[in-house]
Amino acid sequence: MVYLTRKAEFSASHYYHNPDFTPEENQRLFGKCNNPNGHGHNYTLEVTVKGEVDARSGFVVDLKQLKEIMHREVLDAMDHRFLNKEVPEFVKQIPTTENIAIAVWQRLEPKLQKARLHRVRVYETPDLFVDFYGEE
Amino acid sequence: MKAHLTRRYLFSASHRLHSAQMSAEENLTTYGKCNNPFGHGHNYALEVTVSGRVDPATGMVCNLVDLDACVEREVLFRYDVQNLNAMEEFAVTVPTTENLCIEIFEILQRRFPHAHLEKVKLEETMMNSFEYAGGSEPRH
Repeated sequence: MVYLTRKAEFSASHYYHNPDFTPEENQRLFGKCNNPNGHGHNYTLEVTVKGEVDARSGFVVDLKQLKEIMHREVLDAMDHRFLNKEVPEFVKQIPTTENIAIAVWQRLEPKLQKARLHRVRVYETPDLFVDFYGEE
Repeated sequence: MKAHLTRRYLFSASHRLHSAQMSAEENLTTYGKCNNPFGHGHNYALEVTVSGRVDPATGMVCNLVDLDACVEREVLFRYDVQNLNAMEEFAVTVPTTENLCIEIFEILQRRFPHAHLEKVKLEETMMNSFEYAGGSEPRH
């Protein structure tokens, strides 16, 4: 089994708010992140796939195809977007780094053919990241 | 849905690697420059990984404010700009980064109740790092 990781970057804005909570609860839980005008991050995405090395090509996965899938399924939807308002998953779910990692997994997993998705890592900043390994 | 959240922190400390169980010659052979009696220091980078179910109400494994407060109170306040050899836990135990990594894991395991402590990673320099997952195999 060989593991292959491809990186990508996207920039997006978001804010944290749960309509079931009072304004005070939202403020207490989410602090500055509760500002409804939003704020932004440069996210770094790392997608790790695993598989056996194909004897003919020497590849675990065609990197060009993986890159295209990541662009089509994730970056086109999230790069330079206001996540709460423009990405369907985040109309109801709060676009925390945890939920972004899960959404990226759910977008990529059905599109991969030969290699299996091992891990999605999303960096919100260089000192904060979330890993998602699928449903456990 | 379970996710793993990792937060990175920085602190600086000094240490000297010297084992009371070894002769002076053996200490020098084992630890080399790190055996200098006056000690030396590092800028350590600490990565704390916690895991748990993503709470549907908050979208979080745990509130980052709680994790930051705990690590700052229990680890950074304790070790930042200190001489590790002068600390109680390293009176006998050699303050290698292996042992510091284990110590930090055990402190956080006792003190952080809001999510499962998965792993502690400690970078001593940009060239070497250590990971401890409480005896389990660290997940990558």
